[in-house]
Amino acid sequence: MNYEFDWSLLLEEPNWSWVIEGIANTIQLSLVAWGCALVLGVLIGAIRMSKSRTLRFIGTTYVEIFRNIPLLVQLFLWFFVFPLLLPDDLMRAWNRLDGVPFLTALIGLSLFTAARIAEQIRSGISSIPKGQFLAAYSTGLTEVQTFRHVIIPYAFRVMIPAIASEFLTIFKNSALTLTIGVAEVTGAAKTIEAYTFRGIEAYSAASLTYMLTTASVVIFMGWLEHALRIPGLIGKR
Amino acid sequence: MDFSVINDNIEFLMLGLMRSFQLAIFTIVLSLTIACFIAIGRVSSKRSIRYPSAIFVNLLRSNPLILIVFWFFFLVPLITGKTLPEFHTVLIAFVVFFAAYFAEIVRSGIQSVGSSQVKAALSTGLTYSQSMRLIVLPQALRNMLPALVTECVIVFQGTTIAYVIGMREFLHSTSLVAERTVRPVELYLFAALVYLVICFTGTRLALFLEKNKELAR
Repeated sequence: MNYEFDWSLLLEEPNWSWVIEGIANTIQLSLVAWGCALVLGVLIGAIRMSKSRTLRFIGTTYVEIFRNIPLLVQLFLWFFVFPLLLPDDLMRAWNRLDGVPFLTALIGLSLFTAARIAEQIRSGISSIPKGQFLAAYSTGLTEVQTFRHVIIPYAFRVMIPAIASEFLTIFKNSALTLTIGVAEVTGAAKTIEAYTFRGIEAYSAASLTYMLTTASVVIFMGWLEHALRIPGLIGKR
Repeated sequence: MDFSVINDNIEFLMLGLMRSFQLAIFTIVLSLTIACFIAIGRVSSKRSIRYPSAIFVNLLRSNPLILIVFWFFFLVPLITGKTLPEFHTVLIAFVVFFAAYFAEIVRSGIQSVGSSQVKAALSTGLTYSQSMRLIVLPQALRNMLPALVTECVIVFQGTTIAYVIGMREFLHSTSLVAERTVRPVELYLFAALVYLVICFTGTRLALFLEKNKELAR
């Protein structure tokens, strides 16, 4: 293997601005999508715990559909198929929008991740001992009050690791959006490689972005988990 | 909508689906084998074994699969000095990537067995590798079966990423037919349905195994 390294190439234009734009896009996309997925995921998770059969069925159907179709296929559906199914004038308006790839990626990533978060919420809530519910009801709380004051604060803390790892999942999954033309960091690295044939340098920049973010999220979440831990529940540290 | 376009191209599409299955099965078998060794390395008492395995796992788990595929497409010709068929290069990337994920599953399986089992096995005179092979791994395998099946579904979903480098798996075949016939709606919906049916079966199987875990004992 003979390969001459030229790390300074990353600092040259236009490579540098590609990398920076890529990192900015990746972070922006994953943060916004994560926020949307969290809201939607909690909603669907709640629907799946409800007493109404129809609601439960809707929730389960949503989770099964969005979890069992590969994300790349979902992105293609949103990108190629969805605009064609819109009524004519809406379709024209959609095509005239700025940043359609980014919007499509946002929709696709959010809906996909919401299904995963809904699953986490459900398993988080079902991990709560039944006695907690019974004790709350026996003090006279209604069902909504029980969830708001007892179960959610409890379940939320149990679920912190899962929710954090969902952020990391969405962060890595956002790389797939390069296929529909979002200029995120993996796509930027691929472009640099295509122009300069400097794959090691280009991909290192992308890998480093993912690894540094993963490491900082893991460290932050470890701290958060420790700070919010329920006394007497998890005997860590 | 006119779904006859699928019937007309069914042979071509099924060829792609076979290729997807091929990639998934080869990946699962090879990466699971490697993962067992890495997992044993992860629980080893020797630092010189434990640290490299931990670095391997965390390095791969913090990168997206698509980036790993790009890495290997650049590195494999550079190291071997020739271009391998794309199926082989994708397979290498997939095996390395999913070995890290399978290793974590196998590790938690091993840790679920409990150290008293190892101690008991060692005290009967078995060597460490014998007790791993004959006592720990069979029990671990049973405990981790649902997680393994779920991961297999993820591998199958992951094969779509081979699309990006132009390997003719199911999604790529679909997109080729969609472009040629200008019927993207029918074709992508069909592809989604096929993936849904296959992966839904897989996740249901995992759920069934999870529920019947206790019965298997």
